[in-house]
Amino acid sequence: MTAHVFLMATAGITLQQGVDLAYLLASIGFILGLKQLSSPRSARKGNSTAAVGMAIALIASLFVLHPTNTKIVIVVVAVAIGGVVGLVSARKVKMTAIPQMVAAFNGVGGGAAALVSIDEYMHVSLAAPGIVSIVAVIFSVVVGSVSFAGSIIAFLKLQEMMSGVPITYPGQRIVNGGLVVVILGLVVYLIGVHASVAALAIMLVVSILLGLGFVLPIGGADMPVVISMLNAFTGVAVAASGFAIGNTGLIVGGTLVGASGTLLTKMMSDSMGRSLTNVLFAAVGKPVASEGGGAGDAGEVKSYRSGNPEDIGVLLAYSQKVIIVPGYGLAVAQAQHVAKELATTLEARGVEVTYAIHPVAGRMPGHMNVLLAEADVPYDQLKEMDLVNDDFQSTDVVLVVGANDVVNPAAREVKDSPIYGMPILNADQAKNIVFLKRSMRPGFAGIDNPLMYDPKTIMLFGDAKDSLTKLVAAVKGA
Amino acid sequence: MSNELIGYLTTFVLAAFVGFEVISKVPTILHTPLMSGSNAIHGIILVGAIAIAMRATGPLQLTVGFLAVLLATINVVGGFVVTDRMLEMFKPRQQQNKPGESAQ
Repeated sequence: MTAHVFLMATAGITLQQGVDLAYLLASIGFILGLKQLSSPRSARKGNSTAAVGMAIALIASLFVLHPTNTKIVIVVVAVAIGGVVGLVSARKVKMTAIPQMVAAFNGVGGGAAALVSIDEYMHVSLAAPGIVSIVAVIFSVVVGSVSFAGSIIAFLKLQEMMSGVPITYPGQRIVNGGLVVVILGLVVYLIGVHASVAALAIMLVVSILLGLGFVLPIGGADMPVVISMLNAFTGVAVAASGFAIGNTGLIVGGTLVGASGTLLTKMMSDSMGRSLTNVLFAAVGKPVASEGGGAGDAGEVKSYRSGNPEDIGVLLAYSQKVIIVPGYGLAVAQAQHVAKELATTLEARGVEVTYAIHPVAGRMPGHMNVLLAEADVPYDQLKEMDLVNDDFQSTDVVLVVGANDVVNPAAREVKDSPIYGMPILNADQAKNIVFLKRSMRPGFAGIDNPLMYDPKTIMLFGDAKDSLTKLVAAVKGA
Repeated sequence: MSNELIGYLTTFVLAAFVGFEVISKVPTILHTPLMSGSNAIHGIILVGAIAIAMRATGPLQLTVGFLAVLLATINVVGGFVVTDRMLEMFKPRQQQNKPGESAQ
């Protein structure tokens, strides 16, 4: 007797129906939660609503189990270890490291989906192979493993445990294409020829290789888009697992994430002005590509102006309107709090200060908002790109702190630049531009920025936190 | 095609539409918490992981079940906790000392 039949027969249909109703409640929790996440006021409540839905589904699912003591111990130990790992890493992670944390949590979810489906195959499909079950199993194993392995690479790149530069080699696409062909061959074999756990295991390994090979050539700056896409992948893999083991909770939860993740991925690549295909296959950020970015000025030795904190402090203190453009560099230097102090100091002198937030500021859309919220900057002082872009013309000083590509006019002007077409903040229209940077080195995406050589631009070199602290002192003394 | 399968397909298609609809109105500033929060929701795979672990026969299936539960738990717990940590910090201008959910 298969486990499925066994479960249904002994649990009785009413109990199963009760559990299904609990899954319906859980689904409502997920949907309401996602809905509440769409406003800053209710967002935190939304997360809790979804968590309550999750708790309902989990508790209800326990009622249809027929455990033995050994298995209870095994599950409890696994939950305890997983719970501690999840809790501690979620509590300890720095806000700057959120993208790689999300990548990691996503990867383990993908891995779990693949494992559940493999187990279902060993347990049920081999004995009573049904076409739907097999297709769902295969889909979940392939997509879950790709998500698992891809997330590992994304994590390593963002954690800078491996280079963020795209890793390419000759024939890379042929190799990746070959892996896809092998997977398709195994699909045909498993469905049409012979049910085999060994073939499924080979498929798992090949899918992991595909996940690794697929993310390797994507540059570090594009990782958020990849994580978002892999998040959607895991969602779909979970939904497929739901089809395989016959669980509506998994189908709804997984599908919601698959749909939302797909949309979010599109929004992210849109805000970078790129197509998803370009993000995934163009290997943007290779040193070769960065030369293309500065093609117009190739060969010239470009001059720039660097200033000292005192002069810039005076410039800021006597301005009417200042816009701060924060970038990931601000967060890396842990300079959010000093930036806020500078803003408060300027406001006390009557200077109007706003923050201009590019959609992809930080390393993920909305990441910068999280980082500034951490420094107690009220979210209504943060202006999104479309709202703030007309204000630059009437702005005295734009303070670019640890940002680069999001104010790079090459995106508007240089046709062969890899970021051409990306919407940018019109910082170049302000009367003065101050760049707080460590050096003239290009940013995360590896693309040269002509704005740094603009006659209106003053460079202030050094650690962002140090520079801002000096600016606060200079403004106070002005 | 079984009635069960038709039910699952219906659920799947409707959930996909709901997912698109609900998400399409999220402002950019919440994209990161949204990605993280939806990431926690696919942790529902824990339900499946516990189910397969509890019916396991033999050491191989027990190992697979153990690993699946372990990974899925990290996904659920980590996902919700880290999202809450992020959202806890979102505060409007006038309410800086109070929790974020009160209005501007």
